[in-house]
Amino acid sequence: MKKTTLSLAVTSAILFSSSAMADYSRFGVENDIPGTCSFTEMDKKDYSGTTLNIITHAVPVIGEPTALHAQQFEDLTGAKVNVVHVPFGDLFQRIMIPFQTKQNAYDVLFYGSLWSGDFQKFLAEVPESYRNSSGMADVTRNYIDVATWEDRMIQYPVDGDRHYLKYRLDIFNDASAQAKFMEETGRALTIPETWEEYNEVAAVFSGWDWDGDGNPNYGSAEVVARDNLMFSAFISRVAPYAKHPDVKGGFFFDLETMEPQVNNPGWVKGLELFVDAKKTWAPGGSNYGLGDEIFSFGGGETLMSYSWDDAFIQAMQADSPIRNKVAAAPLPGAGQVWNRDTGSWDTFETPNRAPYITWGWTAAVSEMSKNKDAAFDYLCFFSNETNTQSDLQIGRFGVNPYRTAHFEKSLWVDEMGWDEAVADSYIDTLSGMDTNTNRVFDLRVPGVGQFMTSMATGVAAAIAGQKTAQEAMDGVAAEWEQIVDRIGKDRVREAYSVVVALEDNER
Amino acid sequence: MFTKYKLLFLLPGLLVLMAIILFPLGFTIRVSFSSWDVIQPGLDWIGGNNYARMIADSRFWEALQRLSFISVASVLAQYVLGFSLALMVWNQVRMKRFIRVLFLIPMMTTPVIMSVIWRTVFHESLGPANDLMNLIGIGPVAWLSTETMALVSVLIVEIWQWTPFMFLLLLAGLLSLPKEPFLAAAIDGAGPIRTFFNVTFPMMSAISVGAIIIRLIEASKIMDTVYVLTSGGPGSATETSSYYIYIRGLRDFQIGYSAALSITYLVIMIIALTVIAKVLSRLVTEK
Repeated sequence: MKKTTLSLAVTSAILFSSSAMADYSRFGVENDIPGTCSFTEMDKKDYSGTTLNIITHAVPVIGEPTALHAQQFEDLTGAKVNVVHVPFGDLFQRIMIPFQTKQNAYDVLFYGSLWSGDFQKFLAEVPESYRNSSGMADVTRNYIDVATWEDRMIQYPVDGDRHYLKYRLDIFNDASAQAKFMEETGRALTIPETWEEYNEVAAVFSGWDWDGDGNPNYGSAEVVARDNLMFSAFISRVAPYAKHPDVKGGFFFDLETMEPQVNNPGWVKGLELFVDAKKTWAPGGSNYGLGDEIFSFGGGETLMSYSWDDAFIQAMQADSPIRNKVAAAPLPGAGQVWNRDTGSWDTFETPNRAPYITWGWTAAVSEMSKNKDAAFDYLCFFSNETNTQSDLQIGRFGVNPYRTAHFEKSLWVDEMGWDEAVADSYIDTLSGMDTNTNRVFDLRVPGVGQFMTSMATGVAAAIAGQKTAQEAMDGVAAEWEQIVDRIGKDRVREAYSVVVALEDNER
Repeated sequence: MFTKYKLLFLLPGLLVLMAIILFPLGFTIRVSFSSWDVIQPGLDWIGGNNYARMIADSRFWEALQRLSFISVASVLAQYVLGFSLALMVWNQVRMKRFIRVLFLIPMMTTPVIMSVIWRTVFHESLGPANDLMNLIGIGPVAWLSTETMALVSVLIVEIWQWTPFMFLLLLAGLLSLPKEPFLAAAIDGAGPIRTFFNVTFPMMSAISVGAIIIRLIEASKIMDTVYVLTSGGPGSATETSSYYIYIRGLRDFQIGYSAALSITYLVIMIIALTVIAKVLSRLVTEK
């Protein structure tokens, strides 16, 4: 009996030890972080004979990690995984047409979370076992909110996106730059608290060589190209003027009447300041898309920028000339905020902040999928602790912090070599957005593409000088009314109420 | 009986024609009478609502006017340049074969890739176009951020890319011309300019009309250059019909409405190009 017990113990010890010591170095993994969907756990699964079809964005942004982890998933589980890469402009219709025509084309879908209002009825709910997984337990509130439609979690958090301010710390700390700013404006150079201040700082630092590299520098790089995500930049600028913390019931529409708010004085003010910032952009800056903005700030051309993480990560790459010379801060706010309940401007001593939890990459499993277990396992594996920690460090992958663990300073300082001050500003800014109670979310309603196209067209007309800010936004509001009529007021309201519930902190 | 038997041989061709041309066209016409969009998939019937909406859609008509300007201006420039280059190569010049191949390179490249490269060239702070402007003493040009220059930039890329096509057709035409009229003109003492206007140009008129019509058909579909270079901006200064239809159809997912726009655009193009072809042909015949 003793002998049997001893032999069982030895066998268990060997098995345990071989499991604990499993070698995943062939995947470039040195330490497999334990978790529900770790490499070790996936290794135990057998999906031989199962084929997963995945649609995702083009390489590299989100497309490259999709393919990389698909290959790993194949090797670990025996499943066959087909990955289809699609450019962003085609992604919506490539997903929507199979949904509408009831074809089971893809098991797993990667897409922008702003489309969840259109896709939600075609998506499978994330099963409880995955909602209780180790990785999910650590996802921050914002991204659980983004992944959830009413009470159903229909998307699997794989990325965390938000807009925030990035600026050149070395210039803001430079005595001669501070003196010049004082001389020109009569006040001390500080990190912009409002968009008026942002424009003012940007104007002073435009058109001259403040970094001494022999080339002129500029104040601001912004995403302004009409059909290249400009609507997101515009919402960031408008939000603090039009999202009043005490006014409930909708930022884009008045939820009760479904009257568009995009031409109210708060929105118009935001657009006027956007147009005013033109003089602070580099030559051609009014044609900058996201790639140009990343290159302009990340390459050291401009003093400030705001959008997704990419420009910041580019600036902090090992070969960047401005590595550790940048910092992050919350988006500027507004000293005066339009109150649509009273029809007047309210003055705020501390500027009103309205963080824009802008859309980012999300993933989901099709309701029609016949391989839901494998599909959810793939997403759980994609976003496991080991993969995410590695993906976060590769700027081109487009995976940004969305778990509490991602805000641990050691990850950025020890693993990535960031200065502590830079890491602190980054972590404080990003994590601070999670605790704000005046957040703005995307207009996740059916036909969001139409609303955003219309908005971008109006804003572009104002920037090009074809219309005044008020004329442009009046035109957008009129078009939004037509879109609502076409889609159906109740249908839009029903979806919009889900967004408003998040913004009004009712969930 | 024999005739019926012969007709059977036409059947495979007719079936292929129906599958690849008539069915998609018929289906698009049917879709244009539906409200198919992000909410309402499939073929319901809403009569002419999409067409009524289109008539009031000033953005579509402005895009069509812009397209007409871009097409006519770029094709005329391509014709003049292509003809000049063809004449140059047709006459005895050194390195004729090398130059012929060199001229064809722009046409053989992918429009999207070339547009990306041109966008870099026109980049206002980093692109070489403004370096060149500075070298010749002209200040930096706002290539893509002012309405006029953005339109000019689109025209430059179009002309650069498609002049070789004109060159190729016109060179083929020149090489096929009989020698006798030129000999006769030389005997009569005609100089090169007179020979060109009285002999070469009239004899080239038929092929010129063909080349212009082919290019007009192609130019009227301009989309990729605009998409990559300007995204229709600044504002809507370079938005063409096909780009606008793309936005409505694939970005906004208004399938029914974009089908109505496509059909209208197709009809307008067929009518316009038929009229242009007739007018040009008549001019040639009169000559």
